Amino acid sequence: MIDNLINFSYLIASCLFIFGLKLLSSPKTARRGNFISAVGMLLAVVVTLFYQGIIDYKVIAAGLLIGSFIGIYSARKVEMTKMPEMVALLNGFGGLSSLLVGWAANITEPFSYLSSSTIFLSILIGGVTFTGSLIAWAKLSEKLPGRPLIFSFQNVINFALIVSLIACGVFFTIFEINTNYLYATIAGSLLLGILLVIPIGGADMPVVISLLNSYSGLAACAAGFVIKNNILIVSGALVGASGIILTSIMCKAMNRSLKNVLFSGFGAKKAGKGGSQELGEVKSMTSQDAYYVLEAAKSVVIVPGYGLAVAQAQHIVKEFSELLQKNGAEVKYAIHSVAGRMPGHMNVLLAEAGVSYDILAETDDVNPIMNSVDVCLVIGANDVVNPAAIEDKDSVIYGMPIIEAHHAKNVFILKRSMGSGFAGIVNPLFYKDNSTMIFGDAKKTLQELVSEFKN
Amino acid sequence: METQVLLLLAFVLILSIFLGFELISKVPSTLHTPLMSGSNAISGITLVGALISAGNGFSYTSTLLGFFAIVFATVNVVGGYVVTNRMLEMFKKKEEK
Repeated sequence: MIDNLINFSYLIASCLFIFGLKLLSSPKTARRGNFISAVGMLLAVVVTLFYQGIIDYKVIAAGLLIGSFIGIYSARKVEMTKMPEMVALLNGFGGLSSLLVGWAANITEPFSYLSSSTIFLSILIGGVTFTGSLIAWAKLSEKLPGRPLIFSFQNVINFALIVSLIACGVFFTIFEINTNYLYATIAGSLLLGILLVIPIGGADMPVVISLLNSYSGLAACAAGFVIKNNILIVSGALVGASGIILTSIMCKAMNRSLKNVLFSGFGAKKAGKGGSQELGEVKSMTSQDAYYVLEAAKSVVIVPGYGLAVAQAQHIVKEFSELLQKNGAEVKYAIHSVAGRMPGHMNVLLAEAGVSYDILAETDDVNPIMNSVDVCLVIGANDVVNPAAIEDKDSVIYGMPIIEAHHAKNVFILKRSMGSGFAGIVNPLFYKDNSTMIFGDAKKTLQELVSEFKN
Repeated sequence: METQVLLLLAFVLILSIFLGFELISKVPSTLHTPLMSGSNAISGITLVGALISAGNGFSYTSTLLGFFAIVFATVNVVGGYVVTNRMLEMFKKKEEK
């Protein structure tokens, strides 16, 4: 009887997750959606406590308390610019938890092919998610170098590891006494997570985080098969699907296949053709000169990139755009899907600063009107405005959808130096006749522009 | 029996994946970061499995593994929901301020 009630509550919790995700389709209802989803989670946890097999509540209470404390503390404290790191870490913890649940189930569950094969999957996916997310976190927070780390025979080693893991899985499933294979699987999956993410560069992190997000869902699914629990399977599948969709959106935005992102060590080789001499001169100017043009501008498009997050310039750019609006200009923010280090990274930063979401535009909305834009202000973005993607058939980023900043009447580029972007290629935009560089820290330059406007 | 259970679970899995694709493809790109952190919190549902492992008192090792699984899954769940809520709070239109 009580089991039926528990399962019925799981059904309700699944519905709450689904409604929660549905409400995420608009910024107006999203917060309510998140709340509904949290209620579903609370319901699932509370009814589980009534499960008859549970006899010891002290350990559970201790675990829940410690976990909640760490969770609330870190979620309150984290800065918005550090959101990609936070998501990567949380993801990793979810994966680790699936690994541990699988491991514990290998002790408690009676042996059967179904349970041992799914325990294997739960440990494998959980382990890869855990260390993969940790490496992504280390790369994002620059504890590890953001560039791709490539060593010789990388793909051969990975392949060998995957083959041995599959072998492990087969033995693990068919032999009843399988503890050694269990340990081998744990070690192997942890190692695989590291090896898979280490050759991927910083700017490809949006893809990796999305993919790991999907893995954490699949790990939960596998754990659901282990304990034969539908709610884990439903929720895991929803998350898995969400991660896969985001991954494919990110790949499309870079015009690259998932295989290319994961295995090519993109950006490690210097891919650029050293033809910068034929591109012409780079012009630069001071923020004061820029002010005179901006002051007369009727329409301005701002293209933010990862540099905006690094410079923590989201608040000042908001103040600046409001001054432009007061001055009579129409201001739009053009946000490329892969700008920043995770899907939607720029949107969150600008939302934090209080920029209204209805002046944020996507690549496809802003490109058709670019011809009539007086000033396009590129802040800390590089590859997403590189016209080589359209003009140069030999370029590594040829075919990638870009924000066509070069069509604007004036392009101002706020940049620290002439260094090339992540893809390691020259950006012809900087050499165009209508382009001017404003060198220096983006935040400082914007502050100067703001004070010019105020005087 | 075993196969029947597997089929039933697989049935649920496949339908949920289709449902997931339908739901998520409607989320606008503005909300992709909260979507990730929010769905991330949902993937902390392994907490349910962790509770059972930690509470069934089967053996010292399984209880210990369950305990750590609870801690990490709870960080994932609670941290995920709180941080998502913090982000979504900031998404406002101008008029609403």
